[in-house]
Amino acid sequence: MSVHATKELQAYWKENLVIIMVHLAIWFFVSFFCGIMVVDQLDAYMIGGFPIGFWFANQGSILTFVVLIWTYVYMMNKLDKKYDVHEG
Amino acid sequence: MSILTWTWILTGISFALYIYIAYASRAKSTGDFYAAEQSVPPVLNGMATGADWMSAASFISMAGLISFMGRDGSFYLMGWTGGYVLLAMLFGPYLRKYGKFTIPQFMADRYYSNTVRVLSLICAIFVSFTYVAGQMRGVGVVFSRFMGLSINMGVIVGMALVFFYATLGGMKGITYTQVAQYCVLICAYLIPAVFISMQLTGNPIPQLGMGSAVTADGAVMLQDPATQGKYLLDVLNGIQLDLGFKEYTSGLRPRIDVWFITMSLMIGTAGLPHILIRFFTVPKMRDARSSAGYALIFIALLYTTAPAISVFARTNFIKSVHNVKYEAAPSWFKNWEKTKLVAFQDKNGDGIMTIAKGAWDDPKSKNEVKIDQDIMVLANPEIAKLPNWVVGLIGAGGLAAALSTAAGLLLVISAAISHDLMKGILTPNMSESAELWWARGAAGVAVCIAGLFGIYPPGFVAQVVAFAFGLAAASFFPCILMGIFNKKANKEGALAGMAVGIVFVAAYIIYFKFVNPAVNNKDGWWFGISPEGIGTVGAALNFIVMYVVGKFTPEPPQEIQDLVGSLRYPGKLVVPPSAH
Repeated sequence: MSVHATKELQAYWKENLVIIMVHLAIWFFVSFFCGIMVVDQLDAYMIGGFPIGFWFANQGSILTFVVLIWTYVYMMNKLDKKYDVHEG
Repeated sequence: MSILTWTWILTGISFALYIYIAYASRAKSTGDFYAAEQSVPPVLNGMATGADWMSAASFISMAGLISFMGRDGSFYLMGWTGGYVLLAMLFGPYLRKYGKFTIPQFMADRYYSNTVRVLSLICAIFVSFTYVAGQMRGVGVVFSRFMGLSINMGVIVGMALVFFYATLGGMKGITYTQVAQYCVLICAYLIPAVFISMQLTGNPIPQLGMGSAVTADGAVMLQDPATQGKYLLDVLNGIQLDLGFKEYTSGLRPRIDVWFITMSLMIGTAGLPHILIRFFTVPKMRDARSSAGYALIFIALLYTTAPAISVFARTNFIKSVHNVKYEAAPSWFKNWEKTKLVAFQDKNGDGIMTIAKGAWDDPKSKNEVKIDQDIMVLANPEIAKLPNWVVGLIGAGGLAAALSTAAGLLLVISAAISHDLMKGILTPNMSESAELWWARGAAGVAVCIAGLFGIYPPGFVAQVVAFAFGLAAASFFPCILMGIFNKKANKEGALAGMAVGIVFVAAYIIYFKFVNPAVNNKDGWWFGISPEGIGTVGAALNFIVMYVVGKFTPEPPQEIQDLVGSLRYPGKLVVPPSAH
């Protein structure tokens, strides 16, 4: 391994960590924050027949989780290509 | 055709399908048996993970449980889905890169210690047996309720089927059977929900229906013209208040407890061996990420439908039973009375069924109707007057959910014995074919023990499910996470962390569930955290101990740090980049 390649791979890992942090921040926000901590305050507002806090606790957080995994998949596939470590 | 005939036909077809698939994909090598030759396409692995994950309890009990808890029940919904975000980003891809067969083996290699291996395999076996006991019972219960067999006979039929495909096919057989089982269980769950959503709100998507207004037809179904045009959740909130309950969309549990339970279930999910090993079965690292994405889509289909079923079923149930003369009770009520899931006791002698706060058999309460949580899913199609084949499908779906989860758990137990205990520690020179026989044998013995748990359910099963998640959260989650993200995490730290985490969680749960159940309430708990949520604290203790002990003991050898480095990058990187 050349010194250059080692540095490249460390940069790859750092970018991965940043992407993970951002995704986990959103994961925490929709479930623990919106669905639990401020759920009563959000319930004062409605979307259709749903109080918003109740919606996050029952549906919104789960739908966001699905979207989060897929944006992570997308961003990591791009990152693999950028650093040329993608699998054939 | 009658419900019974339909149930037998649908269950018979699905069982024949499982046996055919298991035979066609039987295992030929240990690689097949433990990890399906790492050749499972991500979409199919996602489906298999979904079936592995969604148990008899998810299918039969969860919607009913939530219908009694209202918003408080949301910790099941968030807690049993949010763990997949952690799996996709923190565990799945790196475990796939490691590529071996079991979680105890990963722990042993990463922490270069056979003591870690023994501790991990004991945890894996304990967690899996705790979980599988409920599954076999679930099989028996479905057989007895839908098909008139005794519970014990049902357990034996289920055992025979799982024995056949788990010992023959190993991971490969289980995976492809689980794909079929997922399809059966999700159809069985969604079809009644879609019909009921249409009937009540005119919206075929139950997730939207629960937030929609009641239509004219819906008002007829609820036998209350005043509900037409009102939002369904408002109608249910009104009913709840009239009967003396809290509003459905509000919560009673302290928020700190909901927070800790949700976290404990999420990190417990990410630490369950039977879910983690699914990531070994896909061809590539990037497939591990996308298979977590597929898995969560398939799981979310059920988990976002469940709260809708809770709302529909609770509204329907109360409207068709409360304040109704017992002689005029709907036919499904009389049918299900035989199973003792519903019952009526005329306390005030007026012949009218009254639902109120309190237990139905408590003379002080005005409540006269027993409602078991399972009735909300099991009798749902009959309550909504759906055709008999839909009712029959529920039986086949419940069996698929229970059998698929049982098989995944039995494989973990079998691999822990044959691969970790025998091959890894006791007889390392064993040949591959001998190991394969040990694996099949251990799976067979595990099926029989699980069956015994199903026939003679230990009274504490319900109590120890909290144990399974708490233990997975406090033992595997922190050690695997640190093992991947911190090259300096060492053997001494991992051992100390696991020991502290396990002992703390076990002591807390045993104290409140068995030693002193009288104080098992929010005033008795530490900081208002229930035994169900204590896994979060156990995990935090494990992290802290591992870090502190690691600071004062030697760092791991260079080759271990290099191994950790190599887990982080896809491709055929053999020599990992070193930080030095």
